[in-house]
Amino acid sequence: MNIKKQFTEGLITNNPVLVQLIGMCATMAITTTLFNGVGMGLSVLIILTCCNVVVSAIRKIIPNEIRLAIFVVIIAGFVTIVDLLLQAYIPALSDALGVFIPLIVVNCIIIGRAEAFCQKNTVGASFFDGIFQGLGYTLVLIVMCVFRELLGSGRFGGGLIDIANGFRLTLDGTGAGIQIFPEDFGASILTLPFGGFITLGLLIAIMQYALKRSAKKKEAAEKAQKEAEEVC
Amino acid sequence: MLTNIISISLGAILINNFIFSQFLGCCPFLGCSSKVDTATGMGLAVVFVMGLASAICWVIDQFILVPLGLEFLQTLAFILVIASLVQFVEMFLKKSVPSLYSALGIYLPLITTNCAVLGVVLLNVQNDYNFIESVVYGVTGGLGFMLAIVLFASVRERVQFSEYPECFEGFPICLVSAGLVALAFMGFSGMQIFA
Repeated sequence: MNIKKQFTEGLITNNPVLVQLIGMCATMAITTTLFNGVGMGLSVLIILTCCNVVVSAIRKIIPNEIRLAIFVVIIAGFVTIVDLLLQAYIPALSDALGVFIPLIVVNCIIIGRAEAFCQKNTVGASFFDGIFQGLGYTLVLIVMCVFRELLGSGRFGGGLIDIANGFRLTLDGTGAGIQIFPEDFGASILTLPFGGFITLGLLIAIMQYALKRSAKKKEAAEKAQKEAEEVC
Repeated sequence: MLTNIISISLGAILINNFIFSQFLGCCPFLGCSSKVDTATGMGLAVVFVMGLASAICWVIDQFILVPLGLEFLQTLAFILVIASLVQFVEMFLKKSVPSLYSALGIYLPLITTNCAVLGVVLLNVQNDYNFIESVVYGVTGGLGFMLAIVLFASVRERVQFSEYPECFEGFPICLVSAGLVALAFMGFSGMQIFA
């Protein structure tokens, strides 16, 4: 398993949300400000990497019949750790994400990677798999947040970028973000549940279009090559 | 007390519907909604498990975790309770009500990873509900899920026969139609009961 291949797989060709179609509840629910999106993405990245490493480290001693129960306990342990750390150090994020932080336990991405990847691969490969799959997830969250926030309320980076006290990043959720156009002009419906469903639907459609197109191109190129060989 | 229960039920079924306004339980919602029959089965199973899980987790939280000062273990304890509860319900139904068991089929074990179930239990704790309120919230939350999934399954059966761009095949068209159903449910938001 080389790292470069894992990188493109995690971010694009086997992206957890857009291609594997898992972990969608939180994706649609919390992508209303950039602060939430980045926070959620990084929390999942950390939990996913830790769980991947632990699961792959003990993959040879887990009895096959009760492996799912063991995975769930490991995941719940790491989720609790991250939940408590957020409550202690970034309470604004913990308040904003609410019940969706403990709900990472039932996020299919983590148990899915444990089942599909870490059971069969070494600790090192699983570590990078966690990082890249987590990055792919974060990337999707960021794209959705930017889209919904910008078109919905005309802002960029709400909660994260504070321009009132000089241009800086904040972690207490008070930053107002950069107002690109007046809030009244935004389609505020995009910040409501409706916007979550539609935005994710459009993103997956774009991804399917792109993947199909690149597959077609590859096919056409192979065909052309074959024909050229036959002519020779 | 009665008004409280009515407001919790209407809130869970219509105003704060688990799927259309809280995004809890979207995976089974999108996965098991291609036919009205399977959607109804899934909905019934979820109502049952959510009600039972609310009751059991409330007891465990109040009589074991809180007295021992172990509230930080809630997530871990609840997911274990839900997983073993689903397993137990599966065994019980297989022995005593085999007809229902075969009707639910694969959907029973899948409920463990339904975030609506863990979500309702965590929300019960967050909202400080007492035992009766917890059970009512669990059952009506499940009913809201069932309403949403059955309505959506009937929408999807129609969508199959309509024309849409090729790249929207599969999930994207589902999500877009779910968005439109969510738009309809938005009509309930802002409603207040006996306030």
